[in-house]
Amino acid sequence: MKYSINWRGLYTLFIKEVWRFWKVATQTVLAPVLNVLLYLIVFSSALAKHVEIYPNISYETFLLPGLIMLAILQNAFANSSSSLFQAKQNAGIIFVLLAPISSLEFYLAFIGAAIVRGLLVGIGVWFSVFFFMDLPFYNVGLAFFFAVIASGLLGAFGLISAIYSDKWDHIAAFQNFLILPLTFLSGVFYLIRDLPPFWAKLSYLNPFFYLIDGFRYSFLGVSDVNLMVSIFFSSAAFIFISIFTVWLLETGYKLRG
Amino acid sequence: MHNAIVIQNVRKTYQQLEALKGIDLNISQGSFFGLLGPNGAGKSTLINIIAGLVRANQGQITVLGHDVIKNWRQARFALGVVPQELVYDAFFNVREMLKLQAGYFGLGRENDAWIDELLETLSLTNKANDSFLRLSGGMKRRLLIALALVHKPKVVVLDEPTAGVDVELRQLLWQFAKKLHQNGHTILLTTHYLEEAESLCEKIAILNHGELIALDETKNLLARHPYRWLYLDLKENYLDFPHSLQDKIITQKPKQLVLRLHREKDSIVGILEELRNANINVVDLHTNEPSLEEVFIHLIKQETAS
Repeated sequence: MKYSINWRGLYTLFIKEVWRFWKVATQTVLAPVLNVLLYLIVFSSALAKHVEIYPNISYETFLLPGLIMLAILQNAFANSSSSLFQAKQNAGIIFVLLAPISSLEFYLAFIGAAIVRGLLVGIGVWFSVFFFMDLPFYNVGLAFFFAVIASGLLGAFGLISAIYSDKWDHIAAFQNFLILPLTFLSGVFYLIRDLPPFWAKLSYLNPFFYLIDGFRYSFLGVSDVNLMVSIFFSSAAFIFISIFTVWLLETGYKLRG
Repeated sequence: MHNAIVIQNVRKTYQQLEALKGIDLNISQGSFFGLLGPNGAGKSTLINIIAGLVRANQGQITVLGHDVIKNWRQARFALGVVPQELVYDAFFNVREMLKLQAGYFGLGRENDAWIDELLETLSLTNKANDSFLRLSGGMKRRLLIALALVHKPKVVVLDEPTAGVDVELRQLLWQFAKKLHQNGHTILLTTHYLEEAESLCEKIAILNHGELIALDETKNLLARHPYRWLYLDLKENYLDFPHSLQDKIITQKPKQLVLRLHREKDSIVGILEELRNANINVVDLHTNEPSLEEVFIHLIKQETAS
């Protein structure tokens, strides 16, 4: 049978997911933007005079793309994980499970919304500092590419964690023991190659590193590793996790008994 | 008559528990069908498999000819399910929830008139802009019905719709279910209230421990119970009754006696004769046919004994 797509169903679920976080935008968009600005103020005040990572680039300028990406990653994860887990908790998920929506459509709608939230938070931070910080923009298209891939990847991680979790504690564990270490150990605040060799090698296995390095390149035009390497590893991680997520949804694990 | 739902050899196991042990069941199009059984009998598991919320280990189910696994989209279009639990999405108001649900089924603005009609019919129009959490229990239940009907399904599953609702709402829901049935919908009702099944359903299946222990038209099922009740009003407060009647006495009150009689073995004329011989004067009498509750208990007991 020819595979058909329920476009209206997919669009409705996507709109619903965006609408859901937009209804509480103070918490889901404004608070994360403020959060990043606080990081920026604290770290740049404390370290700016002591650290020079790339010649002729201030520490704030180095830090900001990484911080924007950090916010994108964390918010994309938070969006899909909290939405799906909440729907599982109050059983509201059955409205979607009873509908003619496939695993792929389900995945695309949730990931689409995670990308929208990731981009909104990212743009929100960038816009907030636009007027008082001189941040170069080397390649807008590339920045957009990495932001989309990053929020898509973390949106998928969010779905996976919500599927596996039975209580909020499990979601928090995913967030605190997987996502947070991976995001913080990905070169937001420093260059990986400046780390001791063991930690540097370990960091090169972290897919978030390539997202941040590539994203930073799209602003500054300089990077830790070759841009193509970042594009390749980021895309590969996104494709791999996406396939796994759709497969997991298709099995019905913890969603369809 | 074509079948709305065909269930063939459906089995479901949860770890050690065999929730469904090979169910075969056909539900005719346009019928009002009752699925009864005690807690844990497998009713909800079966409903959930029909709806695609649970996957069977074995067997096949079709809804209006569409296999719920192979042609799941068409099967879901054909089916509307009113869940047992009061499930919700706290972020949206009543109208938004209905519009979203319609959207999942591929319906847009062209469906708005039907949403208005549902709101009107289910007395929710003035609550259309309220959040689910601000609705009363009865309104929540009615909203769940509206959500199940938003894509105009031909087959409607009501999974214990009147559990925990007050008498007034129960009556209203019964009327609504009857109206749906009159409009040509096939209704599959699961319920704990046997009175409900008795007054609404044309055909009934009884599940126990994952097995189908009865499947018949409601009237046949009621006739299957071999007993009826004889209520006697007596002239005086008698204390002694003939020995032959002792095992038939269900209730003994001043000037009143209730006997349980076997439909074939005991004759009312014979009983009255025995009472007259014992100088017991009967001033009035009436009989009561068994309710579904008695049939149900009888069948469950039989099943347990076997």
